[in-house]
Amino acid sequence: MSTRTSIVAWLLLTGLVGGFGAFRLTSSDQTLYLPDETSHGHHQIEMACSSCHTPFGGVQDDACTNCHGEQRTAADSHPASKFNDPRNAGNLEKIDARRCVTCHVEHWPEGTHREGYTLPVDFCVECHGDVGTERPSHAGMAFNTCSDAGCHNYHDNRALWEDYLKKHLGEPVVLASAKVLPRGVAVVAKETKSLGAKDQDAPRTVAFSAALVSEWEASAHARAGVNCSGCHGGTPGTPWTNKPPLTLCAGCHAEQNKGFGQGKHGMRSAVGLGPMSPAAARLPMRAEAQELEVGCESCHGGHSVNARKAAVDSCLGCHDDEHSRSYQRSPHFKLWEAEMNGAAAAGTGVSCATCHMPREKQSNSAPVVVQHNQNDNLRPSEKMVRNVCTSCHGVGFSLDSIADPELVRANFAGRPKKHVASVDMVEKRAAQGKR
Amino acid sequence: MGHSKAGALLCGALALAGVTAAGCGKGGEGGAAGGIAPQQMADALYAVIAADRAIYAGQVVDRLVAEKAIKATERFKEEKTLPLPAQMLRMGAEHAQKTNSSFSYALLSQWPINQQNKAKTDAEKAGLDFVAKNPGKNYYTEEKIADKTYFTAVYPDKAVAAACANCHNEHADSPRKDFKEGDMMGGLVIRIPVNK
Repeated sequence: MSTRTSIVAWLLLTGLVGGFGAFRLTSSDQTLYLPDETSHGHHQIEMACSSCHTPFGGVQDDACTNCHGEQRTAADSHPASKFNDPRNAGNLEKIDARRCVTCHVEHWPEGTHREGYTLPVDFCVECHGDVGTERPSHAGMAFNTCSDAGCHNYHDNRALWEDYLKKHLGEPVVLASAKVLPRGVAVVAKETKSLGAKDQDAPRTVAFSAALVSEWEASAHARAGVNCSGCHGGTPGTPWTNKPPLTLCAGCHAEQNKGFGQGKHGMRSAVGLGPMSPAAARLPMRAEAQELEVGCESCHGGHSVNARKAAVDSCLGCHDDEHSRSYQRSPHFKLWEAEMNGAAAAGTGVSCATCHMPREKQSNSAPVVVQHNQNDNLRPSEKMVRNVCTSCHGVGFSLDSIADPELVRANFAGRPKKHVASVDMVEKRAAQGKR
Repeated sequence: MGHSKAGALLCGALALAGVTAAGCGKGGEGGAAGGIAPQQMADALYAVIAADRAIYAGQVVDRLVAEKAIKATERFKEEKTLPLPAQMLRMGAEHAQKTNSSFSYALLSQWPINQQNKAKTDAEKAGLDFVAKNPGKNYYTEEKIADKTYFTAVYPDKAVAAACANCHNEHADSPRKDFKEGDMMGGLVIRIPVNK
């Protein structure tokens, strides 16, 4: 082949490869640029590259804190500001703890551990190697056990402070006060006049069934004065829409929408990738649910806006893992059935939502709001002990239960076979008269 | 903010004296205050920190505790109480670090409740020892940490109220249980990077 032909062939090949690459970079399918599998927390948004990556700037910390900021501000025992202090420069030489990506690296499945960190599991030893001299009870413990259930987690150790454990020593398996917070009003409606079928204001040109109107009439929306036009439009200046978008629900339910967008159900919608579908989930999902699209309506229903349905039936309509399948054989479900049948007091039933979308109150004066980020209490799962389990159970029993993976899979049908020693350590120190 | 003539003169004078404050760099960043000597700046920072702490302890904590309106406890978030004065200082140090990393400060002790707050560097050890042995005096030095030079000042930190001594004496993790009001409990360390 002549030199000229070689050059032309080389140019042609380079142009073709470059052009293909440029085309794929601008197309909606960017799988060509996906280096490896992302973690369970991010796989749904792996095609929204720019939600984490900055052109020519790598992954900036605010890409992480934009979504995980609250985790770092709630009770973070290792904030970046601590490591910016020159006196911690020695620790920084071992681990640059000022940056999220030092410990959390994406697209590295073989190096990613539980809770998504990518350092060796005994990384705590780098700074806390002498913990045995400060805390004789910890002498000889392996550093890969620091983050085990009942013990520590890097960002938020609220559940395990000695004072907290000490306050809850000797609590029974089930507390006498076992009950969850009463439901708050989801939002304060502008109109408080309860509406009925005769008040519905859909334009005459729109076709709908009487059943839909009956469903709406019995709903919280009708009771709060939210008419058809409130969600579907159809008034002068606003066209009618059969399928109100998520943003419309968010207009009144901002807190719920915020949580939804931060959790696995809504994170795709939040970054503009369209609704999540069970088919794209990594957890086992029911075959008949694979093609559903997850939005407010998929769990609450379109017109009934049913919170009870959303608390159990909607979850089990999709989820098909062992923990979910075991729920209806669990003591928690029996309590839920009793509450639904009117045989037990309100707040004593335990639904899927009771644990995964708990009712929360940020302060004494704040309203009770359902946390719609179902992952908020599972980062890590021990976080659930403080926020959820201890509404009804003693701390020691809760720690033991969450530490027993078999019991978790069986949806807590049985007693824990594991025992977490941290409560015993506190009890021993208290018995020695140390405060 | 522009670089004032007075500021430029001060920077020049300090440069002649062999001292360069962080604000007196090549670009003259730091504006009108750029010529302040590190010790002056450290003393000024200490005055503000000590004043805020005294006011918080006296006008907020002591007053409200005396009125039985609210307590101050270590687990102030979960117990819905006031932060202890020492915690207030630490939170302030972390907050200041976020907004201006050109200086840092920390409350250290030879008998800390949290072992992370014992002296680490030679300057910290010497400073805590000095202020304990020389009542009423501060300790000033320069030290190098990770290839950066710092002007480091250590100021004595006393138990200004009986509550300070009692809390440390009663805490399970405290290595010393015989503090009395007015005792030296540790030192406030202020660090300012200097160009060397």
